[in-house]
Amino acid sequence: MADNILEMRSITKTFPGVKALSGVTLEVERGEIHAICGENGAGKSTLMKVLSGVYPHGSYDGTIVFEGEEVAFRSLSDSEAKGIVIIHQELALSPHLSIAENIFLNNEQRGALGLIDWNRTNFQAAELLARVGLRDNPTTPIKQIGVGKQQLVEIAKALSKEVKLLILDEPTAALNDEDSDHLLGLILQLKEQGITSIIISHKLNEIKKISDTVTVIRDGKTIETIARDDVTEDRIIKDMVGRDLEHRYPDHDPQIGEELLRVEDWTAYHPQDPSRVVVDNVSLNVRAGEIVGIAGLMGAGRTEFAMSLFGHSYGSKISGKVYMRGREIKTRTVAEAIENGLAYATEDRKTYGLNLIEDIKRNISMASLGKLERLGLVNDNKEYAVANEYRRDLNIKAPNVLVKTGKLSGGNQQKVVLSKWIYSDPEVLILDEPTRGIDVGAKYEIYTIINKLAAAGKGIIVISSELPELLGISDRVYAISEGRITGELPVEEATPESVLKLMTMEKAR
Amino acid sequence: MSNDIPNTESTAAGALVNPPDNKFTRWFSNILGDLGKNGIFIALIAVVVFFTITTDGILLRPQNISNLIVQNGYILVLAIGMVMVIIAGHIDLSVGSVAAFIGALSGVFAVQWGLPWWLAIVLSLLIGAVVGAWQGFWVAFVGIPAFIVTLAGMLIFRGLALVVLGNANIGSFPEEYRALGNGFLTGVFGEGTPDIFTLLVGAAAIVLLVLNQVRSRAARVKYGQEVDPIVWFIVKLLLVSAAIVFFMFSLAMYKGIPVTLIILAVLVLFYGTIMNRSVFGRHIYAIGGNRHAAELSGIKTRRVDFLLFVNMGFLAALAGLIFTARLNLAGPKAGDGFELEAISAAFIGGAAVQGGVGTIGGAIIGGLIIGVLNNGMSIMGIGIEWQQAVKGLVLLLAVAFDVYNKRRSGNS
Repeated sequence: MADNILEMRSITKTFPGVKALSGVTLEVERGEIHAICGENGAGKSTLMKVLSGVYPHGSYDGTIVFEGEEVAFRSLSDSEAKGIVIIHQELALSPHLSIAENIFLNNEQRGALGLIDWNRTNFQAAELLARVGLRDNPTTPIKQIGVGKQQLVEIAKALSKEVKLLILDEPTAALNDEDSDHLLGLILQLKEQGITSIIISHKLNEIKKISDTVTVIRDGKTIETIARDDVTEDRIIKDMVGRDLEHRYPDHDPQIGEELLRVEDWTAYHPQDPSRVVVDNVSLNVRAGEIVGIAGLMGAGRTEFAMSLFGHSYGSKISGKVYMRGREIKTRTVAEAIENGLAYATEDRKTYGLNLIEDIKRNISMASLGKLERLGLVNDNKEYAVANEYRRDLNIKAPNVLVKTGKLSGGNQQKVVLSKWIYSDPEVLILDEPTRGIDVGAKYEIYTIINKLAAAGKGIIVISSELPELLGISDRVYAISEGRITGELPVEEATPESVLKLMTMEKAR
Repeated sequence: MSNDIPNTESTAAGALVNPPDNKFTRWFSNILGDLGKNGIFIALIAVVVFFTITTDGILLRPQNISNLIVQNGYILVLAIGMVMVIIAGHIDLSVGSVAAFIGALSGVFAVQWGLPWWLAIVLSLLIGAVVGAWQGFWVAFVGIPAFIVTLAGMLIFRGLALVVLGNANIGSFPEEYRALGNGFLTGVFGEGTPDIFTLLVGAAAIVLLVLNQVRSRAARVKYGQEVDPIVWFIVKLLLVSAAIVFFMFSLAMYKGIPVTLIILAVLVLFYGTIMNRSVFGRHIYAIGGNRHAAELSGIKTRRVDFLLFVNMGFLAALAGLIFTARLNLAGPKAGDGFELEAISAAFIGGAAVQGGVGTIGGAIIGGLIIGVLNNGMSIMGIGIEWQQAVKGLVLLLAVAFDVYNKRRSGNS
């Protein structure tokens, strides 16, 4: 029998209304690199949170056996004490502290009187940095080193805790090619030192390169575990997407008209790091009545494209041309973008979309107060009537439009956001993750609304991480990877496999 | 649209409007709901009742009522601007210093240079707006937190006030200028006590209030919105009208309507309309509620921030003028601590530290509560040191009560 360092047996985790994991089983052999693959929302992160104690023992069903004994972690520090360290996609480093201080955060090297022994701290930090191949001075503030090096500091931090099982969540998502290669090399080195790693990644070629075993998770279930010799990209993709795609999307009979929006050579750089290109020469178009999908992984530049287009709300050094009905338009401010017929419904409605302490009515009118205004004064009663109309049309479930949007469910909040943008009467609506975090019934309603808008002659761009959804509702699909459009397919020719291949296509090295 | 999902709307609405449905519980819950909404109003009444008892009724004597307005006018003016700044998620610590600076400048204009009183006032207000623009520039366009900008402004303009005064007080001011703080409108329809004009203004105010309330109620009914039961509506109108009658009668028994009160009434009506009904006001609430969402809805957040500080500078200047006019003196200590009273007024009046919440009316009532506390304790002969401590405690309790209330309603 194999020597398993970790066995997770029939793990089931439910959130109110959602079964995030149902009977997931994961076996990790000592000393291997084990990859976990799955679409966004498949349950990978939830599984890792169960493992690391973020979701404490008792909040899930199933057993976890680590190093031959059953464990019941109640917190992150419990699992760290046993040698399990998780490095999240968003790094947990404090930007103004030094490398050494970050490595020993909450594990300070104390000397006499319980005061911090800085010499020992910095000396040990330097040793750890050498192990991960970093030559920076341990007293350098974290914010002064790049993301790639920060990732290595995280690993050094893990090593300082005598890690036995290292979990990396999308470690290379934010790294450039060189840094990625270095990181992957380091993981292989650690393997030789006897450290077991679990790596969560979307990048299939990376997985193929370094992992010994691959487990695919879909819809909260383990699909299969594949040994190294049997791993092929096609097999992983098939496991990741293979599900019933029928009857989850309302029928849509496209009546496609003239071209509305055309974007040419749209380029934007990272707002803080103007040398990093985030949106790279994107060109696309949308016609009246057409639903165009943009498929891409998180961090591929989808949202960044949309937000930089919509009033330059993201990025620096933005360039490119935009045409509406063949006439060139500028979108330098949000007001200008709205005036020129664009609308953008954000992927993060709580942070960017809604004023949660304000009522439905005022949220719906927020982007179009000009329509309700006379001599600078808002017509309250008309506003109420308008909001009520949308409440009925879009079936927003609330007793009246004076309910604060913070009290609504995700689906109803999304309908308020849609109402707001529909009322602004745009030519083209960009919907970023329109069904994120909402239940299946509400999703169907949102799809129906999208279809109605298309039928009314609007151009729709849908950005979604869920491939089945994208293929289910779009007429045409663009794939985006690393900021570039890597392909364009009419929906009839698009299969999940073909689109995923385009989404994961990397720049020629 | 798909209609598979059961329409829970009507039942949900029913549950919200009437719990166990009988006349008494409905009445009771209506009144309770109103008390919750108008907690601040109740607090003012409580404070007034308390000090009326402890001062043997001196608090409500005509002369004292008139004094209450005149003595607190400048704080109320500041509170109006301050609550708007706070709703947008900022703060202004400089208003006291700006008031002193403008007061001093107006002294230079009206006394030393001998400019006509109206020109001195207009110039002073303009410079106030420029001072506000200076601070607004740093907050809105450079992106420095308002706390820092106005802390600097507090030092800068206090310093400049001293520079302008050159170690001396400036006085005395022309009579028309002094009317800002000391004047009364009286005897327009002939002399006499009670003053007929004051009573007529009071009557007009009541008529306008009732008309306005009835019209807005009718409009709400027409658009199918929820309204108070008619009896409760009338009771509330009667109570408010009675308060106005008492208030205006008191003024009529003394010297008539203070000019400060007229200025305040105009400001409250104007800014109340701005905040309740204008597009600009909506933008302020939207920015305070969620700045990102406001930006992504096309609201020009920097412009709104900038204008708010310009406006605050203007109102600080006005407060400075009223204060200077009242003392008939521009001095170095003018405006000391005004910012704290104005900020307290806004928070006692229900504004939220995080922004997005607050009303002009609330800030005015908050300012009146502070005013009654000051006045009542002074009449009782309580020393200034204890007055400070009590006001601090009231501020803390008021905000704590508000937080508690919100948490409770958030959980239900």
